[in-house]
Amino acid sequence: MKPHLIAAALLILAPFTASADEPGTVTTLHKPPVTGEEVYQQICQSCHMANGMGGKGAAIIPALAGNPHLANADYIIITVAKGRGAMPWFDDILAPTQIADVATYVRTHFGNKYAKPVTEAEVKAIAGAKTSP
Amino acid sequence: MQAVNSGTTRRQLLTAIGLVGGAAALYQAMTTMGHAAETQFHGPPKLDGAKPGASVLVLGSGLAGMLAAYELSKAGYQVKILEYQPRAGGRNWSLYGGDIYTELGGATQKVGFAAGNYLNPGPWRIPHHHRTLLHYCKAFGVQLEPFIQFNHNAYVHSTKAFGGQPKHFREVAADFEGNVAELLGKAVNQKALDADLTAEDKEKLLEALRNWGVLDKDMRYVSGLQSSSHRGYERPPGGGVNGAPIPSTVLDFGGVLDSRVWNNMAFFMNHEMQTTMFQPVGGMGMIGKAFARQVQPLITHNAKVTQIRQDKAGVAVAWTDTQSGMASVSKADFCVCTIPLGVLNQIENNLSPALQTAIGAVPYSNSVKIGLEFKRRFWEEDNYLYGGHSFTDQDIGLISYPNNHLFQDGPAVVLGAFASGMGAYRLTGMSPEERIETALTQGSVFHPENYRKEFSNGASVAWSRVPWTLGCCARWNEETRKEHYQTLVAVDDRVVLAGEHASYVGCWMEGALLSSIDAITRLHQRALEA
Repeated sequence: MKPHLIAAALLILAPFTASADEPGTVTTLHKPPVTGEEVYQQICQSCHMANGMGGKGAAIIPALAGNPHLANADYIIITVAKGRGAMPWFDDILAPTQIADVATYVRTHFGNKYAKPVTEAEVKAIAGAKTSP
Repeated sequence: MQAVNSGTTRRQLLTAIGLVGGAAALYQAMTTMGHAAETQFHGPPKLDGAKPGASVLVLGSGLAGMLAAYELSKAGYQVKILEYQPRAGGRNWSLYGGDIYTELGGATQKVGFAAGNYLNPGPWRIPHHHRTLLHYCKAFGVQLEPFIQFNHNAYVHSTKAFGGQPKHFREVAADFEGNVAELLGKAVNQKALDADLTAEDKEKLLEALRNWGVLDKDMRYVSGLQSSSHRGYERPPGGGVNGAPIPSTVLDFGGVLDSRVWNNMAFFMNHEMQTTMFQPVGGMGMIGKAFARQVQPLITHNAKVTQIRQDKAGVAVAWTDTQSGMASVSKADFCVCTIPLGVLNQIENNLSPALQTAIGAVPYSNSVKIGLEFKRRFWEEDNYLYGGHSFTDQDIGLISYPNNHLFQDGPAVVLGAFASGMGAYRLTGMSPEERIETALTQGSVFHPENYRKEFSNGASVAWSRVPWTLGCCARWNEETRKEHYQTLVAVDDRVVLAGEHASYVGCWMEGALLSSIDAITRLHQRALEA
């Protein structure tokens, strides 16, 4: 395992401290997501769906397929790292390289064709110090 | 206080203080005397002197919205509720056999549970100190029964300890405490703590460690009848010829540490998780139904709010009937908005810019619950497990055994997953069928011989895909609390927000109710000033 993935896995092992009604257990990351595709499948698709179409109920989970915001790499980096509306921040469980990889994945799938890869350096520059190592 | 004679009982004294100094003084006095520190509930709100004809529009018929409607109606306000769903109750909800549930993305499940069985997708347990909820449960006739929170005989499982074999909570917890006691005893006896303890304190602490950790006369935690009295026996005490117990063997301490059992032990120490806990007879949704009985005539269902506007004249809320597509506008003098923040954030409004920013600054947690119905109660019949939770570090988090209808024949529903964090993200991303399959695979570590054999059917709710919340609960952190919380709860001219998201008892029904009482009390004051 790469060092940064170990660090990301350890963050998820933070002890139970919240007072919300939570399970009282700590999930062990048996197979931490490595590629952008794996990050997407294990986290993003829980809301944005396997086909990137999002959902519509009392409010909307935005589709990533054909989403014009994705033309701007900064937008997706900030959104994944810091959250947006109901979407939580992920810089506590994803390392910059994972954020870069999943941003690249989303920008090159679901009909999106933004070929220029998002880099770890860009994530670090834009998402700032709070991002995990 | 000098006027109170010595024969006065404490209750009389407290009543007297309450009469003289009001609720705040009473509360302070009670707290000083060791009472009432567990709750901020001081009884139903007292909303006197409402102006005749004053009106309030409540958005959302979860517990916060229904309580607001109930209390404001009682106070004399003209109240109406708009609700997106065809059902009242919000996250207070139970799924029964025959229910159909469609999540975001379109996956539809028809629940196949036998009559009387249920899954509580949201809240499922009530702490004894959630006095607001317990008060209204009693007032509205909700029958409660014990929720079996703590079961020493249930299991803890870690993929990283004991070769992946689950162990009884009882034995791992006893071995953790015993080893800690032995080590601390060594530190005391090796004079490592002399700077911190007097000689007398050292004696007391050693005695405490010996008793608490069930150590032998040499202050060691070893296999034997003493440790077995906590961790269980190889052969338990019996009668007659073979009555003498045979001790069990303590686990390797390295394995105990690998299991991270302290997470589970500390979980039970959390104030919200302490026993006694309760659940409604017949499913948690009974609470929502009981609240709805009080306010049902006020509720308009299938109403999707599309715009919230306020001005000097009042509040106007535009909404669409999701069945007919017809657009309407409801007007009132004031508004209590209980819509979850992630949804509210997408509704056009002219709330103050600071409040809009606060609404958009609070993301929502995820969570997954899976109900598995089995043909018989093998956990009771074969494993002597009656309620409680078996914990695992796999994605499902835990399985929890039913607390009701103990010892009965026929099918029963086990909570087959209560996942959060990464585990919940992964389970949510699956189809309902894949979730059941994963829950069966992971839960089988506890009951390999029966879990698949006795399985009948299952249902799951992944909160990130719940169409009317887009998430489970508001996720505050220290920064957002500091920056936005007071703005979020403040009365914004004619509108006030309420719900678990507007409380420090987040993700609990109690938080929704305490928030609602506080919100309508301040809105009432605002209305009197109007």
